[in-house]
Formats: sequence, structure tokens, C-alpha cells
Amino acid sequence: MPDNTLTHYLCIGCPLGCRLEVESDDGDNVVEVRGWTCKKGDAYARQEHIDPRRMVTTTVRVNGGRWARVPVKTSDAVPKGQVEAICRALRSVTLAAPVRMGDVIVRDVFGTGADIVATRDMPAAG
Amino acid sequence: MLYDVVIVGGGVIGSAIARELMRYRLRAVLVEKECEVGFGTSKSNSGIIHAGHHSAPGTLKGDLEWTGNQMWDPLNADLDFGFKRIGELTVAMNEAQVHEIEALKRQGETRGVPGLEIWDRERTLKAEPNLTPDLLASLSAPTAGVINPYEACFSLVENACINGLELSVENPVLGITPEPDGTLTVKTRHGLYHTRFVINAAGVFADSVAAMVGLNDFRIYVRKGEEYLLDKRLEGFVQRLIFPCPDPVTRSKGILVIPTFDGTLMVGPTSHVVDDKDDLTTTSAGSDEVFDKVTQVVPGISSRDCIAEFAGLRAVADGEDFIIGPTAVKGFINVAGIQSPGLTAAPAIAAMVIDILRDEGLALAPNDHFIPTVPRRVRFGALPIEEKIRLADENPRYAHLICRCEHVSEQEILDAIHDGARTLDGVKFRTRAGMGRCQGGFCTWRIMELLAGELAIPISDVTKRGGGSWIIMQREEGEQQV
Amino acid sequence: MITGKLSHLEQHYDVVVVGGGPAGMAAAVGARDAGAEKILIVDREKEAGGILWQCIHPGFGLHHFKEELTGPEYAQRYLASVMDKGVDVVTGAFVFDADRDRRIQLTSGQHGIRVIDSKALVLGMGARERTRGAIRIPGTRPAGVLTAGLAQKFVNMMGFLPGKRVVILGSGDIGLIMARRLTLEGVEVVGVFEIMPHANGLNRNIVQCLHDFDIPLHLSTTVAHIHGRDRVEKVTVAPVDAALRPIMEKSWDIDCDTLLLSIGLLPENELSRQLGISLDPVTSGPVVSSRMETSMPGVFACGNVVHIHDLVDFVSQESYLAGTNAGEFVTGKRRPADNVRLVPGENVRYCVPHTISTDREHTVYMRVRQPLEKCLIRLGDVYQKKLLYVFPAEMVNLTIRPRFLEQFHGDALRVDVVPRDT
Repeated sequence: MPDNTLTHYLCIGCPLGCRLEVESDDGDNVVEVRGWTCKKGDAYARQEHIDPRRMVTTTVRVNGGRWARVPVKTSDAVPKGQVEAICRALRSVTLAAPVRMGDVIVRDVFGTGADIVATRDMPAAG
Repeated sequence: MLYDVVIVGGGVIGSAIARELMRYRLRAVLVEKECEVGFGTSKSNSGIIHAGHHSAPGTLKGDLEWTGNQMWDPLNADLDFGFKRIGELTVAMNEAQVHEIEALKRQGETRGVPGLEIWDRERTLKAEPNLTPDLLASLSAPTAGVINPYEACFSLVENACINGLELSVENPVLGITPEPDGTLTVKTRHGLYHTRFVINAAGVFADSVAAMVGLNDFRIYVRKGEEYLLDKRLEGFVQRLIFPCPDPVTRSKGILVIPTFDGTLMVGPTSHVVDDKDDLTTTSAGSDEVFDKVTQVVPGISSRDCIAEFAGLRAVADGEDFIIGPTAVKGFINVAGIQSPGLTAAPAIAAMVIDILRDEGLALAPNDHFIPTVPRRVRFGALPIEEKIRLADENPRYAHLICRCEHVSEQEILDAIHDGARTLDGVKFRTRAGMGRCQGGFCTWRIMELLAGELAIPISDVTKRGGGSWIIMQREEGEQQV
Repeated sequence: MITGKLSHLEQHYDVVVVGGGPAGMAAAVGARDAGAEKILIVDREKEAGGILWQCIHPGFGLHHFKEELTGPEYAQRYLASVMDKGVDVVTGAFVFDADRDRRIQLTSGQHGIRVIDSKALVLGMGARERTRGAIRIPGTRPAGVLTAGLAQKFVNMMGFLPGKRVVILGSGDIGLIMARRLTLEGVEVVGVFEIMPHANGLNRNIVQCLHDFDIPLHLSTTVAHIHGRDRVEKVTVAPVDAALRPIMEKSWDIDCDTLLLSIGLLPENELSRQLGISLDPVTSGPVVSSRMETSMPGVFACGNVVHIHDLVDFVSQESYLAGTNAGEFVTGKRRPADNVRLVPGENVRYCVPHTISTDREHTVYMRVRQPLEKCLIRLGDVYQKKLLYVFPAEMVNLTIRPRFLEQFHGDALRVDVVPRDT
């Protein structure tokens, strides 16, 4: 017990915003989650503690389109630590219009298993 | 090559002088430090053409106010910048103030201002039902009017340029040297101008410009006025300019309600001396002062209706009067300390300066090719529907609306750019695009695209008002690889 | 696929919908489903879909499409169903006038000035962002003060950045989401400042847009002064007292070149004012019946033009209902009129719709004034329901069923949200 560490999270399930406390042992195994009001909070804290993931949404440059950027997303949530690197890398990608919603822009980005896909059609300008 | 006249400063005074000068065969240049004319004091004031009775007799201000007032009708007939005589009411809340407005009436009548009438409470409220029922009487002055002062500047200079004026913007004057032969050399950021006359119309900086030729006989200090614009939904809430009774000690005109030329109500200005000639800040104290005082006269006005605010600086000379005339330096003429009612007086000041130049030996041969007008600018939103349909058929860009709050079309914005707008503010003050309740939230990006396209510059080079007022940055692309 | 130009504009339509954002799109679909034949959406932008196109983040569609979508996906999918149903969509067109005969005047670069008759009119003009003038921030007037939504347009659609070092005023969701967007684009976000003692955005956005990037959120703090002649150079921020006035003795300066404002939305009701329909001073939107009909028969309203929503799914739901009723108005099968007025009571700022009928089920949207935990929502003394929490930033919706009102015989029903022990 004295070696156990306490980590705090703000639950995002609803506006209540429960202050969640995760107690973990020296192997970073979750011992107990406290502070939740509903079970969603307990599950959220475990996931955030063990393997926090995020959907990434950003834009990619497109030439000849109705707009200069086309919005993209990851097809699945990726490890939180990869978010900034993925966005930085996508700054060097340039597409040519037209682009279709669902088009895969980058496959298996950084080995996460998630693809970068366009989230709208980008017709050619005019 | 010798210029006849260099005008320093493109405010309404310099602009009006420039336009009058071009009635004669002269070589003249107007140098302006900002990126467009009218971007100093002339852009940020109440836009009132005063009725003619306010200023004390025996002053230049008093003499030129009424003369100037009468010159705006023909000027507007030529240049079509928009001028309406909406009249004003000066409101008396107690017996002492009733005596004050009676004295104002006599002052105006002595000067020949027509139509001045004392209205009792009932008549006042019948004309302006949203004034406080606590008032006792008012002085009605039907000769008062409103203009958009910046549009007046743009039109005056546009017309002057049609008639041969050279215009040099973003070009501050760095020094002026009297030459042995009686001419002057004006050193500017963009080069030297060798000239016979310099008109110092440099506004709040007129004392610094005079000091360049060694004249240190006056000082300009600045009085700041904060003004607050209200949502257009209040259009018509009051129909006339509403003045409180002037303070018997300071003679300050106080906080006004101004139905601007475009119908937007404006309240202000405050009037406080500040040290910094670049101090264009609005303050919470100023806002409180404006709304506290204005609601005493027009109780229905609320700060909740505010859509924008600004501050302007008035150039005040020692002694409070205008300083207009030749100086100890041959060819150097001051037009300084032009505070209120300077806008009203501007055409009269221009005429006076022409006389001074003649007296000082400038030969004024009429320019037989003088064109008094500028091409009429279309204000699409204000046209009757049949006219709209006709114009839209002719040019679809009139039917393509860019600014939804003020109903400004693509073609009007293109017209403004062709007439000289170089910046978002330049477009805004010519067309009202971005001046309405959303304050450009919806249309800024479109206007930037149009400016960039017409001026053949990258969008990121479009500025709010020149100088370092950039709006967006390019991304740094391509430095990383996937 | 995503509509561009409508080649031919008719002169008569069954239903004209003003605005092609989520509200207008749903209303058009609703009108078609209710049997209206000729339907026109008029949108002022170059493509219908509204603000969704620039909201590239996820969090949309969980209620309507039963899956989590980004804004553009929601827009494109919805627009596809609008097109499938044969609705005419005219873009780049602005309705500048409408009258009580439901005749509109529009202006468009492609079609010129046109007068169009409609049997039913639906107002779905949306909202605009509050600007600096609305809160009168003291200081200079440099470039670099802009609303979060305009910045979002610059970044997500045009590909420009608003600055290098940004301060955000207001903790609404758009402000939080822009904090993350700008950070991911390499812009430094110095902090988010909120004048109220609580954040205005969702906890999810507090965590994923601020905490994830160590961006501080300063509550009960505001921007008290803007500095810089040409461009923003710094801002002075200060904590506020109980009356929300800045305490200048405790202020500090932050160097930055940009101030983003995320200080709320205002319904765009200029056309409603021209029409002369009744507006609710609390919502700043039209007073509407349970048919989403305004005080002018045959004129309906929905979405942010009626009241500011926080979830697009509810905009779609409300607007589909408005469209259905507009369609029924045209086909002549009207639902019975309302017979009960809803009266916002304790801790309730407003209710939409403003009236209901006791003969059918209604979804009523409302906003509370104060946050409460473990509370009750009460309809007069005939019905009550337990709620775990209410927050001003989250719309409360309540389904009112006819059986709740069996014992009610009045014409005005008071709605309260109160702690459970009262």
C-alpha cells in the first residue's frame, strides 16, 4: 500500500465531471478507482490510466479544391502520445481535388493500425 | 521639379484643401502617414455638421462653423458622400438650462442661423417620444446634419486626384528645410519634395511638423473621445441629434445621441485630455460615463445594444481656437488645432486657405478642365427593388451579397478597391462591409479574398489598416515527412 | 454530389427554408416526409451544410446517426438525404426580405434578384458569434482580435493561422476546440480565460482540448485590456469580483499577438424582425408553438434562430419537427392547436416550445440558471421527475406525455427545476 500511487482524472461522461482517483501499484496495475457516480466513470478512469486514446481530427492541404484544406480523421482512436506527431506529419501531405469522403489518405499511420481518412468530399473548385 | 503646394496630412482638412486647390492649375501633392486618407481623427469622430450656433462669437471657430455648415450641401451634391440635415435638439432639464438654451438661441440668431426654436416639453416629446419625460424644454436647430466623415475624405481626395493631385500614402514627413531662395524642401519616407508652399494640416501632430521649420509658438494637446455604436435594430429610436445642455463652465457639448448617416445610433463622445497622441484606447470608465449620462436623456438606450466602440483624438491648440494662417517661415502655412467644430468648418477652412495662398503670392489660374464630381458609387442595399433587379441583370456581382449585416455586394467591394481601398478598414469605411452587428465575423475572409485578388497580393498580406496590422499568417508547410 | 448550383429556380414553392445549415436541412426533410412536394432551401454560403463544415472535430451524430461523426461527415450525410428527397438547394443566395404572405426576396450572383412565393416558410438562419463590442473590452483596436468561429474558418477551411501566440477569452466549446486545433497546428495557446466561476464547455473538451496539452483554464478571470496599435501585442487579464468587474490590482499582462473570443452566440433574427413575428427577449428568438410555428401562421422557425443549442443532433430533431409541421400546413392536415402555455419558473430561464398541447407527446427544451445536483424538474403540481444534475451550459430536455397532464386543467403550466429536498 505505501508504494501505491494515486492519479486523478476528470470524468468526461457527463457535466457532473466526477473527480476520479485511480490507485495503482508499483506495476501500474489498477488497484481501485474511486470518486465515480456511475459505472461509466470507473471504466473511463481505467482506460485513461492504462491506455489513453484519442480520435485525431485535423486538415490536409488540397490543391484545386473548393477549399484549401480537406478535413481528415483517424479511423480509430490512437494512443494519446501519438496525436501531435500525427498532426505534424500530416502538414507535409498535399492532395489534389477531387477528394471523396472516406478516401484513405495515409494507411496505418505510424503503425497504430488506424488510417487517416477524409471526412468530406472536396470537389474541384468552380 | 518644384511643387506649388505640399499638403501634410490627409484628414478632412487636408482633403478639403486639396480638392479646392485643384480648381486651379497647380502642382500639388498630399502626403499622408497612414495607409489611407481619413484614417486619423477624421475617421473617429461624431460625424456631425453642427447647426452653427454652438461656438462662441469672436473666434475663428465661431466664424467658420456657420460658414462651413452652409457649404456642405453643394459639396455633397458634387461628391455624393452622403449628408443629411436631420436637425438637433439641445435638451434642458431645469430652469437654469432653459436660460442656457435661450442664450444659445440668441447666439445663433445673431450669427444668422435660421430656424432655431425653443420647444416646450410636449412638443419635444411629440417629436422625440423616447427622450426622458423629465425634460423641460429643448432648442431645435434644423440646420444640423450628419455625414460619414471618412467617406467625405475619400470622396474629396478621389476628386482631387481626378483633377491632378498627387497622393502619397504611408509616407510620413521626416523633416522640412527652408531653402535660401524662399522655397521649402520636405523630406519624407519616400523621398524629397521641393515646394513653394507647405500646408501643415497634420492634425494632432501639427505642432511637431511646425517645429520642423523651427516654429515652436504653439502646442497641440489631445482630447480623447470614446464613442459607442448600437445595434441597427434601434434605427429611428431618436431621429435627431440629441445634445444635453452644455456645461456652463467647460462649454463641453457633453454626451450626445447621434443617429449616424447610415441609421446606426452612436452615443458619445467622452472628452478627456490624454498625454499620448497614439492613445486610441476605450476604457470601462468611458463606457460607464457614456451610458450613465446618455440614459439620463434617453432612458431606453442600453449598453447591451453596443456592437462596437472606438476612440478618436481631437487636436486642441493652446487657447482652444483654430490656428490658421501664414507663419514667420515663408511659404509655411498652419492649419492647426482643428478640433470641434472642425469637420463642420472644413469647407470654409479650405476656402480660407486658398485666400491665404493667394495673399501669400501663389498665382491661382483657374483649371478649365476641373471636374467637380466623382463617379457615383452604387449603394445596392439602399436601392428600390426595380433598380436592384435592373443592376443585378446588368452585373450579377451586385446580386452577390458579401456583408449580410449591412447588405453590401461583391461589386460594391470591388468598386471600393478600385477607388483606392487597400485594407479591410478601407473597404469597411467605404462600403460599411464589416461594420454591422457581426463586426466582420462572417464576411472578413471573403473581403480578404477580394482584396488579395484585386491587388494581386497573397491573402496573408491583406491588413486591417496597413503597417503591422496583419490578419492571418501562412502555415509553415512541408517541414516534416510522414 | 455536394450541391453547387441550382440551374433553375421556380417562382412558387410549397415550402421555402431560409438557411441550409443543420436546421434548414432537417426542416426540408421533415417537410418532404410530411407530403410537401416543392421545397427550396436558400443558403447564403457557397455550399449548404452551415457551420458543420468547419467543425472538423468528432462528437456529432450520436443521437441522429447512432454513431460518432465529425461535423463535415454529419453535414455531408445529411445533405445527401436532402438531395435524395429531391429538395432544391440554392446556394450563394441571401433572403433580404420576407412578408406575411410568405413571399421572399432573394439576391444571388447566379439568379439575380428573385421574388418567390411559398405556402409555408421555415426560418433556420442560425446564429452569429458575440463580438468584442458586445462586452466592450477596453483598450486599443488592433488586428488580431477575432471570434473563435472566424479563426476556425481560417484554419480549417482556408488553411491560414490567426497568429503565433494566442489568448482565448471564454470557455465555450468552440473556444476549447480551437485551443486544441491551434496547438496541433503549432500555435502557442497561452491560456483560456472564463469570467464565470465555472467552465462553459463540456468536460470532454476540458480534458481533451486543454488538459491533454497542459493549457491552463483560468476561471473567474477576464481580459481587462487589449494593447497594441496595429496588431495585438499583449492583453491584461484580471480576476473578477462578485459583480464580474475586473480587480485591476490583481491583474497581469500576457504577451500575445491574438485574442480569440468565444463568448457566446446570438440568434440571427433580422428577417424575423422584418416579418414582425413575436420574439422572446430571453432567447432572442421567435416565440414558437409545439408545431414550431411562430406568431405568424405558416411561418415556422427552428435551430439556433429559436434558441442556442449545444448539440447538433437536437437541432436536427427540433427542425425535422418544424419541417413536418410546415409540410402539414401545406397539405392541410394540421395537428390540433396548443392549449397550454409553459411558464419558466424557479431556476428555468426559458422553455421551447413556448406552448404545448395536452393531446400529444412533446419534447421540451429548457435551460437552467444555476447548476444543481440531485434535483427535480416539476410541472406545476401534476408531475415531477428526478434529475441527477442540471448545468446552465447543457440544455435540459424533457418529454411531456399526455398522461402527465391528465389532472391538469389550467392554461399555464409552470416549470421549475429545484433541489430535491424542497
